Amino acid sequence: MARVLINLPRSAKRGELIEIRTLIQHGMETGYRPGPNGVTQQRDIIRSFTCLFDNEEVFHAELYQAIAANPFITFSMLATASGILAFTWTGDNGFAQTETRALTVT
Amino acid sequence: MKRALLAFPLALPLALLLAGGAAAEPPQSGFALMAPETQAMQRDDTANPGMLWVQEGEALWAQSGCTGCHGDAPGSMRGAASRYPAWDATRQAPIDLAGRIEQCRVDRQGAAPLEREGEPLLALSAYVAHQSRGLPIDPPEDPRLAPARALGEALFRERRGQLDLSCAQCHDDNAGRRLGGSPIPQGHPTGYPLYRLEWQGLGSLQRRLRNCMAGVRSEPYAYGAPEYVAIEAFLMVRARGLALETPAVRP
Repeated sequence: MARVLINLPRSAKRGELIEIRTLIQHGMETGYRPGPNGVTQQRDIIRSFTCLFDNEEVFHAELYQAIAANPFITFSMLATASGILAFTWTGDNGFAQTETRALTVT
Repeated sequence: MKRALLAFPLALPLALLLAGGAAAEPPQSGFALMAPETQAMQRDDTANPGMLWVQEGEALWAQSGCTGCHGDAPGSMRGAASRYPAWDATRQAPIDLAGRIEQCRVDRQGAAPLEREGEPLLALSAYVAHQSRGLPIDPPEDPRLAPARALGEALFRERRGQLDLSCAQCHDDNAGRRLGGSPIPQGHPTGYPLYRLEWQGLGSLQRRLRNCMAGVRSEPYAYGAPEYVAIEAFLMVRARGLALETPAVRP
């Protein structure tokens, strides 16, 4: 399991624009670099990031080789109702990780 | 006024130590020379990638049974990093923080040694050093450390490599000026282990020292070599009073 940092407000007012910031530990090996033995290392990157709010997609990003290690993704969302946010990162070599956070809207 | 009086006994030995050096200005962390964006990245714990290692270290601390003797790190480890390298009575040599963690694991827990610069040791060091964030660097007044500090200073001033440069020629004589496009910091070890954007990962002071050694085309010492501990012992005296920043972010 990769280490993850997710930052969002615990609670928000209805109609408020909230900022969500995520950081995940991942090497993002490009697939272009030679290893210590001179052989090109296999690509190992996160390919996609999705954020679901009560199973409805609110944000999606596709990632490519040029993105640095430990990708930091930030986006904003309109808080309309209380619910559960599910963050999913998927990538090469079967990498898949999901984290959930609760959001309370008053 | 009170501050000036307090600073005097500290400043005097430092001035003697640096006699011949040009570092007349007060010590300044490399943080001050960074772009505002990089500074913001370090300040914000949810944007600072070093915090991922701190998190990992916290898990390792509990998992490796450090709690058994040391309890909770935020209490027991507060201030520890500001006093290293310290004198190790068993080995009759100075020891750095990573070395102490390693020694504790191997000698007292009977655990397998961790690889220097490997992720688990970096994570543990980052977690322990993080507990001292904000505290001033406070090297111990231990006369047994004097030979190591003297060796460290000699190495700091020794010209080395094909470029025939010493650490002091950049970090004392030309600190604050630019090398290529990058500002030259005074070279204080305030935030190690730190996240370097160039490395895209966390690294120790020894890795950073190796970087500069290779940069002047000299052969770096092996990881864990006593020379690095000696240089660190000198650098910590040189940086006395600066606040620890672990995990720092550097370009």
